[in-house]
Amino acid sequence: MDHAQGEPQPPPAAIRLTGLRKRFGDTVALDGVDLAIRAGEFFTMLGPSGSGKTTMLRVIAGFEQPDAGTVELHGEDVTQRPPYLRDVNTVFQDYALFPHMDVQDNVEYGLRIRKVDRSRRRERAAAALELVGLAGLGSRKPSELSGGQRQRVALARAIVNEPSVLLLDEPLGALDLKLRQGMQVELKRIQRDVGITFVYVTHDQEEALTMSDRVAVFNRGQIEQVGSPVEIYDRPTTEFVAGFVGVSNLVSHGGQTYAIRPERVQLLDPTGVAPTSAVLSRGTVTDTVFLGVLTRYTVALDDGGSLVAVRPNLERGSLSESDLRGQAVIAAWQLDQATDIEMSADLAGEHVEESA
Amino acid sequence: MNNALWRRAWLRATLTLSPPLAWFLVVYLASLVVMLVTAFWTLNDFTNQLVQSWNLQNFRDLFSEPYPHIIGRTVGLAALVTVTDIVIALPFAYYMARVATPRTRNLLFAAVLLPLWASYLARVYAWIVILQKGGTLDWSFSKLGLGAPDIGYSNTALWIVFSYIWLPYMIIPVFGAMERIPNSLLEASADLGARGARTTWRVILPLVLPGIAAGSIFTFSLTLGDFITPVLVGGARSKFIGNVIYDNIGLAGNLPFAAALAVVPIVIMIVYLSGARLLGAFREL
Repeated sequence: MDHAQGEPQPPPAAIRLTGLRKRFGDTVALDGVDLAIRAGEFFTMLGPSGSGKTTMLRVIAGFEQPDAGTVELHGEDVTQRPPYLRDVNTVFQDYALFPHMDVQDNVEYGLRIRKVDRSRRRERAAAALELVGLAGLGSRKPSELSGGQRQRVALARAIVNEPSVLLLDEPLGALDLKLRQGMQVELKRIQRDVGITFVYVTHDQEEALTMSDRVAVFNRGQIEQVGSPVEIYDRPTTEFVAGFVGVSNLVSHGGQTYAIRPERVQLLDPTGVAPTSAVLSRGTVTDTVFLGVLTRYTVALDDGGSLVAVRPNLERGSLSESDLRGQAVIAAWQLDQATDIEMSADLAGEHVEESA
Repeated sequence: MNNALWRRAWLRATLTLSPPLAWFLVVYLASLVVMLVTAFWTLNDFTNQLVQSWNLQNFRDLFSEPYPHIIGRTVGLAALVTVTDIVIALPFAYYMARVATPRTRNLLFAAVLLPLWASYLARVYAWIVILQKGGTLDWSFSKLGLGAPDIGYSNTALWIVFSYIWLPYMIIPVFGAMERIPNSLLEASADLGARGARTTWRVILPLVLPGIAAGSIFTFSLTLGDFITPVLVGGARSKFIGNVIYDNIGLAGNLPFAAALAVVPIVIMIVYLSGARLLGAFREL
């Protein structure tokens, strides 16, 4: 076991990852990742499939050995430790419930290994099942449960061990939308109740924004940006983050590339008076899409390129009134509402619109 | 015509199932019934003619020596062979299913199946060459200065040869069961604090139990019914139920007693399967 250097250190993070690298054959899954996750926070690793976020989780759990770099849990280097010697528990994407055991035995599995006595085991399992809303279902077999219930059992089985860190690998991926939204709220509640550090992996940006205290956006085995949901959404630092988290217009203005959210682009009547502080571009609405809460407009700019803008449907019937298809408009946005973006060289130019 | 068939599922089922069902009823069950009935007949001691009157004498005879001894040897060896094959197949199947690369797995699979393509007799004769007095085994041992074990024509020889011959029938279903266990279950077990031994005992074993049960039905019943290997490898002192049946059909011409003996393995298999079912071996099938 490696020892930390003798010099004084800041209070250890729940998880500290340093210089992690991992490749599978020719595929680089982790390409030098440094990350510190604070104790007690709901931390989400967000990214498209193949971006390295799941590998990251598996390295923390101990299922994968990194090729280089270290994993520290509460200041202790656990890189070389097998999963059964790490104080973390995992909620698996496929739940991984033991099919030959009933719910009770599944939940008690970890306690039994740690030789918690029988009555104490019963108590804690009952409390965990209560916490996830499955009180009284202990004698069911996993095959007799719905997908949502299995998900809750998997959660209870992990939480009952009171790990210092809970790892969740796209746990809501297999559930339908309504159930997923319900579980998002509930996961957040459970995390607040038990106060365990949650490390949550998802490819769903909405899920990430809804639940997290902080989000790390993964792309090609690297972290593009770490920040609160608001920071990630309002101030994306790279083109990838701007495009992956929500929808962004990428526009060039004064030699710099900016990301501007569709809801912050105003569509103005070309005959009216335009605000002087805004960046203005003339164009024609080519498409309108009714989305329920919002209507989305695509504007072909006269200078070439296009912008997307959305407006809330504040009143009933506002769609027909605001169906602006074919109309000439002025698209206006404020410079202080936009974020300047680092362009990744290979993607530059693709969606960039020149506006003057 | 096709439409009529499509709409009437029962008609389709009847038409497709009738021929095999008829075959099964006539050839399989009928012969079994004839055998069972024969077991209650007797042979006239003087004329050697079949006496077609119900009586239990044949079954009573089963309880007089040497038959209990022979039945005990047969069942005991079948059980021993089954246990031996389970012990060998488990780590082998685990390696094949969960550790080996796809290439190695295919090679091992071929290696397991290869003996099944060779003649049963050829394989048993190969073992005779190895085990007989002064054979390969004795020769190797004496070269090593350990003294010749001389286990040819013994129950030990039978045990070794049976365990070898039926091993593929255990490995294949155990491998199948092992392969079906999702990797995440083993990871979950480790994640919850279990070391390898506990994961094996609490997760892997219960989940491959149906495979073990399927394999043991093969190894147990195949050993139970065999009469060639005991002749070739076991010698005169290692008779099996099958050998006595064979003797009674051929030499003695006592068909009723042979039939009564044949009921013994059937009863044993029924008991065995019920036991396996009680233990939950088929629950996860």
